[in-house]
Order: sequence, then C-alpha cells, then structure tokens
Amino acid sequence: MVMEIVCPAGTPASLRAAVKAGAHTVYCGFNDVTNARNFPGLNFDRAEMREGVAFAHAHGAKVLVAINTFPRAGAEDIWQRAVADAAAAGADAVILADPGLLDYAARNHPQIRRHLSVQAAAANADVINFYAETFGVKRVVLPRVLSVPEIAAINAETEVETEVFVFGGLCVMAEGRCSLSSYATGLSPNMNGVCSPASHVEYRDTGGVLDARLGGYTIHQVGKDEPAPYPTLCKGCFSASGKQGHLFEDPVSLNAEQLIPQLQRAGVTALKIEGRQRSRSYVAQVVRNFRAAVDALEAGQPLPVGMLARLSEGQATTTGAYKKTWR
Amino acid sequence: MSHPSFAAPADVFLADVGPADGLAEAAASIPVFPTLLARGMAPLPLVPLSLALTAYAQRIAKCHPGLFRRLGDHAQSRFVLDPTDLPFVICLAPGGGHPRVTVVRGRGEGVARIAGPLAALLGLVHGAYDGDALFFSRDLVIEGDTAAALALRNAVDDAELDLTAELSTLSGLWAPYVQRIFKFAETRTGVHLSRPEELMTW
Repeated sequence: MVMEIVCPAGTPASLRAAVKAGAHTVYCGFNDVTNARNFPGLNFDRAEMREGVAFAHAHGAKVLVAINTFPRAGAEDIWQRAVADAAAAGADAVILADPGLLDYAARNHPQIRRHLSVQAAAANADVINFYAETFGVKRVVLPRVLSVPEIAAINAETEVETEVFVFGGLCVMAEGRCSLSSYATGLSPNMNGVCSPASHVEYRDTGGVLDARLGGYTIHQVGKDEPAPYPTLCKGCFSASGKQGHLFEDPVSLNAEQLIPQLQRAGVTALKIEGRQRSRSYVAQVVRNFRAAVDALEAGQPLPVGMLARLSEGQATTTGAYKKTWR
Repeated sequence: MSHPSFAAPADVFLADVGPADGLAEAAASIPVFPTLLARGMAPLPLVPLSLALTAYAQRIAKCHPGLFRRLGDHAQSRFVLDPTDLPFVICLAPGGGHPRVTVVRGRGEGVARIAGPLAALLGLVHGAYDGDALFFSRDLVIEGDTAAALALRNAVDDAELDLTAELSTLSGLWAPYVQRIFKFAETRTGVHLSRPEELMTW
C-alpha cells in the first residue's frame, strides 16, 4: 500500500499547489487560536475552508483540519465551533490534541474521523490505545522524538494508524508541553497557536552581523556569510558553564526522505511534511519530491536523491531522532 | 513547533547533518539588476513613477481584494520594499484595499522593510521563490515589524499574482505586445516577471 503524503497548506493557494503537486492529503487550519499555526496572514476562514475541501475532493485528495491548541477555560465554544465547522465543510478528519475536545467531537460529530495531534505528545502504545478506545481516534501523529525502532514497537502494539514527520521544522520538545516560548513572549503554541511569535521577533543588522531577538532577548548572532537565524529558544545559541553553543538543538531541519523504506517497514501509514507557514513554492517542491519518493518505493525503484537542503532551516538537514544520535 | 529559521550546525551533530550548500546555490540563482542600467535610472522623475505604480496597485487591489483582507491588522501599515540593486525604494501603503505607492530615494519610511535584489522580490510575488529560503540564505532581509512583513508575504503568496498579466489587462490593444516583450525579457534575464507555469491554477 502506498504511503500517504500529508502536506501543509497555510493558504488556499498552497492547498491548490499541494494538490496539484500530488499530495494525497492536505492539512490546514482556521485563522484563529484553535490552530497551532496562528501566524499573521495565514490560514483559512470558513468560506475558504469549504472551497478548499471541495477543491481537494474534486481532485481526489483529502483535507484534515488541525484544531490542535488547548481550549481556554470559559472559551471552549471557540474550539467546539471549529470542530463543527470543519465537519460542516466536509473535512475528512480533524486533528485534535485536547481530551475534552476529542470527547466533544466524538459525542457531537461522530461521523468525522479523529486524528490525534502531535501536540498531544502521545509517544507510547498504551496512551495511543487509550485515546483510541476512549475517543475513537483512528490515527496518531507521533512526536519527533522517537527512533524508527520505537515507532515499529508502537505499531506492533496498536491498530491506530501512525503518521510521522519526514520534512521541515524540527521541534525537539514534547510538543504541547513546551513553554519556552511563553517565558520570552507570554505566548505559546499550546494556547495561542504561535511559538516564538513574529510579533516578538526583531532583526538588527549591524555591518552584516545579524542579531535575531525574541521578546527583547538576543537568541542568535550570525556573521555576514552565515545563514539567517529565526530566534527560537530551543534552537538558540547560549553561553553556559563557560561554553557557547546550541544547548537543545542546532538550527537544522528534519529530512527523513532516505528513511522512508525503514518507516514503511516500521508500519507507518502516512508521511507528514511540516510547513504551513511556508510558501506555495515550498509546498509544491517538497510535495513533488516526496511523492516521487513514495511512488519509486512502491515501484521497487531506488529513491531519487533530494535537493531540498536550501529550503531548510539553517540550510542543513538532519534525520533527527529517527537515527537517535541525540535525545 | 517551527518557523522560518537559521545558523551553522554545532560540531556534536556534524555526522548527522546533510550538506549546507544551499547558501551559495540560492544566492547564485538570483539575477542582479545591471549596475550601469541602475545608475542610469537614478535621475528618473519619481512622481510619475509613483503615480503609475499607484494606478497599477489599485488595479491589483480591485482584482485581488482577498490580499488586503489577509493583511488583517496590518492592512493600514506602511511597508518599504527595497530592491537593493536599484537606486530607489518603494513605499507601499495598502490603505485597507486602496493602496498608494510612493517611490523615494534613500531608505523610505514604514513599519517594516523587505530588502533584496529586484529579481528576488519579483520572484516572491510570483511564487517562484520561497520567502523563508531567501531569508535563510540572506538574499532577503527583513527589518522592523516582523509580523507585518510576514503578513504581507503570506497575503501576496496567496493572491497568486501575475504582474505581466495585470499589466497586459491595463494595456488594452497593446496587450499582446506587452506580453511578448515581458516574455522575452523573462527568458533573457531569468527574472520571474510572470507566474511560473507549474503554479498556474487548474
């Protein structure tokens, strides 16, 4: 069975680009706090979501709607309305993280498939089976901290489909539980849908030396010929114990393209590409690349060699935890 | 979670990190406006140019109202678009769908500055380049209100603009000639003056 390519779309134009480039499935979200990519100028209003779903279905692709932040006390209706509107738009699934919202969806919109977001940080078979038995979850997006053998072990103990990130920004934290962004900005992906929000980012270029600041703190400083940084705390360059370096993770992107055969053998159903904040040009290039890879795998041919490094954070890529050289 | 992003890999991860050859690759692929020609443009009268670009922007606003809706809170901001290989900058005030364009010498004033070679800015408009990739490679520089700059970039990316097609529409009977001239210029210079074929809507 061909592995499913699940592609990001931050705008209707990106959705169309993804479908045209060969995406089996596109994931996107509403333009509000229900969405863990609540960035300026991105995402879908209700009418755009309906049109996007219709377009994708007309061309044989599916649409998943990410409603993957955690409802604020007293404002749960915002998140519940988002689930209802995704169902009304004809979406193929909702991607949820909060148990209360999963319960709401299961009770009130049982017809729409429920996927467990990476924001739920479900990293073992027991918890995944719990979500399946309790809320009827059919698929789990696994955190980016698992190795291939760990993914295989999970698949051996659950009937729930697994979806793994194979390309794009690399979050090295237990997603949904990381508050680093909140320390510097007061805003987090979990409650506000933004990690290291652009509203708190500032760049200062002094004679070619670029300072990247978040919430007033300098997170990075790079020379004239170095790739530009985005000031994310988990990938910041810090001084501690007399040493300077990237304490949590260096600024690279995930590219597990060459691990696709191993992931298939590990029982993975779907390959997810990160990047709803990226352009339609990025979406089209990455989707074409990964679609060619899974088609080659299916045909028993060697995987094409990718040319995606220049699209990557830090202009360099890593296989992340899949090969487990760090954790 | 993730974002646009950054720098050189630390030693501890070198064995696991792929080639970081994209910097030179991305920079090399973007054409730069010829210096002599740019110098020749320095004395150009900027008021007529501003008026022409304002009319052009208003035409785009009429055809792409979604672009201004997508700007949200930044629809009344003022942006400086700085083609670094030209002797002037373009100040864009979206005006909530009633845009005004002012071409000035010097740095211009705005909440955010997006600077890069003219070809990079045109390539972004036409969806030929990825804004983050240009930012990583430092072909594109963002200063000031980062959120406003991102909103503009995302709104323009979604609008699927084709500046040659828009200009052709304004050119009436001259449209076929305009298209031919721009196609010729695009082929000769490698600058994306229209939307790439593969990004055309079905």
